[in-house]
Amino acid sequence: MKSRYRLFKDRMAGRLMLVFTVLSLLLVVVMGVGLYLKSAPILQEHSLWELLSASHWKPLRNQFGFFPFIMGTLWVTGIAVLIALPVAMLMAIYLMEYAHSAVRRYVYPLLDILAGIPSVIYGVWGTLVIVPFIADYLGPRFSANGISSGYTVLASGIVLSVMILPLLVSLFIEIFASVSNDLRESSLALGATRWQTTKFVVLLKTAPGILASVVLAISRALGETVAVLMVCGNLPKAPRSLLEACYPIPALIANNYGEMLSQPLYEAALMFAAFILFFVVLVFNLGSRVVLRRMAKDK
Amino acid sequence: MKRKFIEERIFRGLMLFSVAVVLFFVLSVIFSVFKRGIPVLTWEMITSLPGGGFYIGKEGGFLNAIVGSLYIVGASTLLGLVFSIPVVFYLNVYLRQDSKLGYVARLAFDVLFGIPSIVYGAFGFTVMIFFGLRASLLGGIIVVALLIIPILIRSMDEVAKTFPKEILEASYSLGATRIETIGVVMRQIAPAIATATLLSIGRAIGDAAGVMFAAGFSDSIPTSLSQQTATLPLSVFFQLSAPQIEVQNRAYAAAVVLTFIVLILSIGGRFITSRFSKNKVL
Repeated sequence: MKSRYRLFKDRMAGRLMLVFTVLSLLLVVVMGVGLYLKSAPILQEHSLWELLSASHWKPLRNQFGFFPFIMGTLWVTGIAVLIALPVAMLMAIYLMEYAHSAVRRYVYPLLDILAGIPSVIYGVWGTLVIVPFIADYLGPRFSANGISSGYTVLASGIVLSVMILPLLVSLFIEIFASVSNDLRESSLALGATRWQTTKFVVLLKTAPGILASVVLAISRALGETVAVLMVCGNLPKAPRSLLEACYPIPALIANNYGEMLSQPLYEAALMFAAFILFFVVLVFNLGSRVVLRRMAKDK
Repeated sequence: MKRKFIEERIFRGLMLFSVAVVLFFVLSVIFSVFKRGIPVLTWEMITSLPGGGFYIGKEGGFLNAIVGSLYIVGASTLLGLVFSIPVVFYLNVYLRQDSKLGYVARLAFDVLFGIPSIVYGAFGFTVMIFFGLRASLLGGIIVVALLIIPILIRSMDEVAKTFPKEILEASYSLGATRIETIGVVMRQIAPAIATATLLSIGRAIGDAAGVMFAAGFSDSIPTSLSQQTATLPLSVFFQLSAPQIEVQNRAYAAAVVLTFIVLILSIGGRFITSRFSKNKVL
């Protein structure tokens, strides 16, 4: 009798844990469906293309053009990846292919710290260091009219690049570690230098993983809110240069959430913005995680 | 000198430069915040609530935000652990290694991990409205718990995956059922639970976009789950956008407190990993 009870308990616990697992799985689906349903009203009123390509944002006059926000997001993300990618790549190569393991022991905590600093602190750093730097040095020299407030695409891009650095470096480290040492040694034995080995063996072998990591970093950058919000200038106009203000999608949601409740279409518009973010991040994450998983398995 | 050696040197130089750049960023972030914030940080700010005329520069502190953050972080971490430990146990003990469900579930947690907190916030807020709730401490706790569950599961699972299956088998051969091996498994992954917890506390305390809608903001310490509550990141954010220098000073002081907490957490996490971990992590 006792053993039957124990087996029953075992199965019940299994069922319960299965429910927990499936519930958390369902969260992805529920989130997608919920956001879509909430944004449905605006999709009935305006076509998808119209929403994405129109550039006037006047909610009170029923004009919802997302083009400036999409451009803002693309600019900021582009700059961030452009800065972070080479730095992260070189650093990961250094740590995995060149450095002594003692060096790694000192550098990993730094990456931990960088990864752990809250977004709002990056925002504070941006306003204290990056924004004045741009306003005082770069603005007068490079902007079209000679002045820049500093709250610009460039400032957002720099802040964001530092925020995605630790993610990129740790992803790169993981995939470089998956390359077998035999390959490296064969290349070195043929007379290749370390860099040649890195370039022709390691990087070539991990190319899909590198691409997947970049996609993952892009999707992280797309959704970053508060830090960017603090340094981007929040001007709903598509930026034409690095030294102009911009207004990415997450900032749009964060800035307007409180006041939109009075107007149903306004709420639907913001939910549509959240849905765009969700959808792009979902697709990017699924694709790159599948690639990274396959690489880890090959190892 | 041959071209390949020149190339080698150039790239080695670039690599060292990139490490220096990252080091510079880390130091720059920490020092700029501390340099601006520490001189204006006073004991009164940490221990008192906002007084009258707080937002035009009159006296008071941000104790409301500190306590609010602690409430949210404490409760959501607890909730997160209660939810995620069974999931990790299920994935690693009940499911076979090549299980389809395990693959899909892990993929789903990867995806959930990648979803921005502003989307969690927006989604959480609509769900709350749907159930007739308003921005409140409870809402903040739930949204932050949803945000950290994938982090908890992923980082515990990472270690649980490497957990030697022989130990499980030894336990089964003594007649234990799967659920009865939980004690063995927990002892093995205890350091991973600790690191994962610290990691998610760090994320939870720093999250601003999620709690912005779900928890709202308030000048007093909440006394019930249905009241709005302040949080440290939002306290920094709101005060920094004020025009008065006194209010901005307090934002910088709050930023110092927040940075300090996060630094302690990240150093502590690394310490636990390197000290108590039987299974190697990185």
